[in-house]
Amino acid sequence: MSSEALVEISNVDFSYNAQPVLKRLALRFPRGKVVAIMGGSGTGKTTVLRLIGGQLRPDRGEVTFDGKPVHRMSHAELYAARRRMGMLFQFGALFTDLSVYENVAFALREHTRLPEPMIRDLVLMKLQAVGLRGAHALKPSELSGGMARRVALARAIALDPSLMMYDEPFTGLDPISTAVIGNLIRKLNDALGATSIVVTHDVEASLKIVDYVYLIADGEVVAEGTPAEVTRSEEPFVRQFINGEIDGPVRLHYTAASYESDLGLDN
Amino acid sequence: MDNALIRGLRLVGRLTVDGIWQIGATTRFMGMVLLRSGMTFRRFRLLMDEIYFAGALSLIIIIVSGLFVGLVLGLQGYETLKRYGSAEAVGTLVALSLVRELGPVVSALLFASRAGSAMTAEIGIMKSTEQLSAMEMMAVDPFSRVISPMFWGGFLSMPLLAAIFSATGIFGGYLITVVVIGVDAGAFWSQMQASVDLREDILNGVIKSIVFGAAVTAIALFEGYDAPPTAEGVSHAVTNTVVTSALAVLALDFVLTAFMFTGV
Repeated sequence: MSSEALVEISNVDFSYNAQPVLKRLALRFPRGKVVAIMGGSGTGKTTVLRLIGGQLRPDRGEVTFDGKPVHRMSHAELYAARRRMGMLFQFGALFTDLSVYENVAFALREHTRLPEPMIRDLVLMKLQAVGLRGAHALKPSELSGGMARRVALARAIALDPSLMMYDEPFTGLDPISTAVIGNLIRKLNDALGATSIVVTHDVEASLKIVDYVYLIADGEVVAEGTPAEVTRSEEPFVRQFINGEIDGPVRLHYTAASYESDLGLDN
Repeated sequence: MDNALIRGLRLVGRLTVDGIWQIGATTRFMGMVLLRSGMTFRRFRLLMDEIYFAGALSLIIIIVSGLFVGLVLGLQGYETLKRYGSAEAVGTLVALSLVRELGPVVSALLFASRAGSAMTAEIGIMKSTEQLSAMEMMAVDPFSRVISPMFWGGFLSMPLLAAIFSATGIFGGYLITVVVIGVDAGAFWSQMQASVDLREDILNGVIKSIVFGAAVTAIALFEGYDAPPTAEGVSHAVTNTVVTSALAVLALDFVLTAFMFTGV
């Protein structure tokens, strides 16, 4: 990946309550590409998105967005940078007291002084892009999980962001919704001329749509490459993760005392 | 013995550190609320929505409670004062009790349980469902857009609610003593007018209700914002709002009363 990076993470350490989550992490996200960050649950994938969005600060190292370090931006600079970012949250995070229409219109109303007819046109265009123009009058409580995710996607692209971040976009979706969302991620990236980061543990759905993959375990990059390179890899961790094997370098069990001693059988 | 001593010292240390941390967190939170208040006053609609939510929607409980408190005060006051031959002074008793104490205190307690608990639940759920994070990522500051308008909505509504509570209570007292029992209406109103002082009684009552409104709203918002993002966390925060607000209102009432009415 040689093209210029929109987002770059250099040697970042991050810990929650003295528990290390990311260790010397280095990732590049080139302009115009869709890049996946894959790894098991609890490996710090979502933390990476929060560091890029400036919601968390690294203990060490640097996260840059368009060449500027995110955690050294002033409040105004950070909010200006966020206007160029869109984020799809794992469960949509729709505003439950607003209709689908008002959810998508929210950022437009907050950041622009567009007349109402233009806001209406833009909202309906964004909803059309995710196939939910007909659902504009519904409340979030009336939507299925997949529909809520698509509305959240329409809301995230309302200001035509240059960076789209997706936090586990495929979790809990049926195969058709998974394919729809996957297709949308790719199409929207190309249509907006944006850069996309997809945090996921869904190997099958993400390898179909991304240009590059980072595999993370224990807060470190353990493998990277194009989907073809990752699929061909012979590294034990990559094989175990891609094929969903039970046996391998990643252990199922959380660190514990011996099973025998816990059951009182060691005497 | 030594172990018990060390455990005791550790407990005192932990409680002290937790207490200082809590004071710091609350102060920082309130600083953010006040610093980010600009949008609240530039976009008047946001403030009006919150005044409607915290104030107008609390009117029913405030009016009904005020009426009943006034009815009871009128009955109890009349029965007691009649023994000393001064039943006409019941208007004074009802008005002073309500304007100085019961109006601000009871309406603040009701405000905490109706509007305060709803504010905590709303902020807590918005946090646990990542709605506040989503707002931040849309470059909209949750303090400016949601939390500050809620604070000012509560702050401005509380004195109005206390005034309505007192007025309804006085009307309740009039109903039971003048209309039902037959105390002379002229004596009821004239004695009240002669003995209730605008600055000493009414203004001090208004100051109390402003202080209680600020305290209850700040507690409700902080509890919601500080709630762990779980169902149990939010429910615990709502309980904390009601309990802490009630204790804060009663403690503040004692302090304010000591300064205002007794010259301490």
